[in-house]
Amino acid sequence: MVEWTDFERDTIQDIFSRIEYDVVGPAALARCLVVYPWTQRYFGGFGNLYNAAAIKGNPMVSKHGTTILHGLDRAVKNMDDIKNTYAELSVLHSEKLHVDPDNFKLLADCLTIVVAAQLGNEFSGEVQAAFQKFLAVVVSSLGRQYH
Amino acid sequence: MLSNQEKMLIVQIWERLTPVAEEIGADALLRMFACFPGSKTYFSHLDISRGSPHLLSLGKKIVLALAEGSKDISQLTVTLAPLQIMHAYQLRIDPTNFKLLSHCMLVALSCHMRDDFTAVAHAAMDKYLSAFAAVLAEKYR
Repeated sequence: MVEWTDFERDTIQDIFSRIEYDVVGPAALARCLVVYPWTQRYFGGFGNLYNAAAIKGNPMVSKHGTTILHGLDRAVKNMDDIKNTYAELSVLHSEKLHVDPDNFKLLADCLTIVVAAQLGNEFSGEVQAAFQKFLAVVVSSLGRQYH
Repeated sequence: MLSNQEKMLIVQIWERLTPVAEEIGADALLRMFACFPGSKTYFSHLDISRGSPHLLSLGKKIVLALAEGSKDISQLTVTLAPLQIMHAYQLRIDPTNFKLLSHCMLVALSCHMRDDFTAVAHAAMDKYLSAFAAVLAEKYR
């Protein structure tokens, strides 16, 4: 089981209580699609992803970005059992969506950079470490049910 | 592959950051040490605590090297030749760590530049840092 220090728990709760899900989610997903364009392969039905501006303004990207952040919320509220929290979603991403689990890390890195821009200097090295540890557990749980 | 537009963006960003090279470099290093503690093993002979002269000097060197390289990306192998030799034969830092520092550099840039660190700038910078790291490791074997 994952051990969380008080600092880590507090940091995660604090970050997620401060960020706007419908701003950060869309920004993180859009950034992933721009910085790692091959991730667009999973979003063939999303319409115009032709350039950065199109991706940023794409309503399906925004909606899905928000969905993803709300999905993360489940881990925020269940930090002591993230593995089981995401068992179903892991199966979904593997069996139905056929997403290469390496992509989870790409999105996690983009989310880190978006949150960094939101929090500025408050996103210290220690805060970043806690946030990255949290995302690493999420990423690992999402990849768990692949076979 | 970097477009001309992306190369210009990269040069602009490093020009903007050269006056605060110490600050940005030290910030990126501290983030790496906090997030990836294994990276600290290469610095056991230095004081890498926040604000230490060693940390600031190292941070400054790294950012200035990144800035210098950005002025002519097609010539990276020439510009970085001395650093290639140093890293391959003397420092022998496992190249996986270059990725870790690159990531932390991007986070440092994002914290510093906030909304100015757009997705397009991020993409360009990520590509540049990857190219830089690859060239740095070229003489390893």
